[in-house]
Amino acid sequence: MEPNSLRLKTGLAEMLKGGVIMDVTDAAQARIAETAGAAAVMALERVPSDIRKEGGVARMASIRKIREIMQAVSIPVMAKCRIGHFVEARILEALEVDYIDESEVLTPADEEHHVDKHAFRVPFVCGARNLGEALRRIAEGAAMIRTKGEAGTGDVVHAVRHMRTIVREMKQLAALDQAELYGRAKELAAPVELVRLVAREGKLPVPNFSAGGIATPADAALVMQLGAEAVFVGSGIFKSEDPAARAAAIVKAATHFRDPKALLEVSEELGEPMRGISAAAIPLEAQLQTRGW
Amino acid sequence: MAIGVLALQGDFAAHAAALRRAGAGAVIEVRRPEQLDELEALVLPGGESTTMLKFLQAGGFWDKLREFAARRPVFATCAGAILLARRVESPPQASLGLLDATVERNAYGRQLESSIRQAQVAPAFVRELGPSLEAVLIRAPRFKDLGPDVEVVASAGDEPLLVRQGRLLAASFHPELSPASPVHGWFVDQVRRWR
Repeated sequence: MEPNSLRLKTGLAEMLKGGVIMDVTDAAQARIAETAGAAAVMALERVPSDIRKEGGVARMASIRKIREIMQAVSIPVMAKCRIGHFVEARILEALEVDYIDESEVLTPADEEHHVDKHAFRVPFVCGARNLGEALRRIAEGAAMIRTKGEAGTGDVVHAVRHMRTIVREMKQLAALDQAELYGRAKELAAPVELVRLVAREGKLPVPNFSAGGIATPADAALVMQLGAEAVFVGSGIFKSEDPAARAAAIVKAATHFRDPKALLEVSEELGEPMRGISAAAIPLEAQLQTRGW
Repeated sequence: MAIGVLALQGDFAAHAAALRRAGAGAVIEVRRPEQLDELEALVLPGGESTTMLKFLQAGGFWDKLREFAARRPVFATCAGAILLARRVESPPQASLGLLDATVERNAYGRQLESSIRQAQVAPAFVRELGPSLEAVLIRAPRFKDLGPDVEVVASAGDEPLLVRQGRLLAASFHPELSPASPVHGWFVDQVRRWR
């Protein structure tokens, strides 16, 4: 792929930094998100907590629904395709969505391969639990990484684990010499060129965001203090008692994430958060985060 | 005194890095209106202008920023240029009304229409900026209906991409995303000259 193309793809991710990307399922929700100050929206058929509850095969959202959301707002619109489903991705590209999330929240279409994202002009974001997974996705052409967390739970513990893991594994690379980096690249199952790059720069070559279980302004500030450059909020907003107020509060928390007084102010009088489920109560085979290779 | 970068949302970190590479002294991330009192100049970064407006239209930020930008050097890119404009289109939204121009949002289309172009520098500015500039356009806006005091610094065809009005400098592209940004160097020089 031409280097210019990757710069345009990561360029849009740069514009989303310090912002909140919100899951929405119709035009009315998209307008609430935009009015609250969302930097982008993710157009979905069902939010992750409903996908979890209702089961069945989760696929790319209906085109009519995504189009309705694209027409409703002036901010960027993202949409999800199934892992490895490069035809869903081609359809979303033809629709001209601004970003595609190749997402573990949908039922995977391929048990071994992800989409070759270099082959597309539209940028992709992918989930990761650790540095090896993040670098494999970047090698395939992802222009943004987000933690997977455990979507649809409202429990931030896995997003925290994944962000801490990625940051710790990057710090550890800095202590290794050139010979050791080859061995570490094998352990990470990632290309040695990317491992060397991270060892030298101390950060991923694409923006690093957080997702999966963020439900409160405090959750958003927590993952940002741990190193996230922006946050995705899925079920956390529209499954809460007062979505407009919660959305606006999380937007403020993402900007003032190091300012406890500002966080206190936005955390007051928010109504009830989504009830959620403890991620520890979900058996491994029912976890969404284990999808992806 | 320091140069501030409005850090409510967007690519403020890329601007801070570009200013440091250009030899600026202290660079401060600005999230509260009272921080403007400590600054000699300000950068309004790229990002989502609708998100930035949410913050600016609360807590006395708006008037303070208007007053600051009316007397100090300001460099605005993309969303920042939208904030400075006299009028905003597609859709219309509030703006500071300091740059005498209309700015049309997402004028080229969605992300698939984002592109890297070469901007030709107007003869009067070639000495400072060189003959051409790399212009990274991301869901870019377009300048229209420029007022008599607005100079076109760089353009592609007949489209102005970088304009100046007194101490205001505004780009529809992102010099902060290019590996070397002569525009940041020029801005830092102008801030020193206007001291």
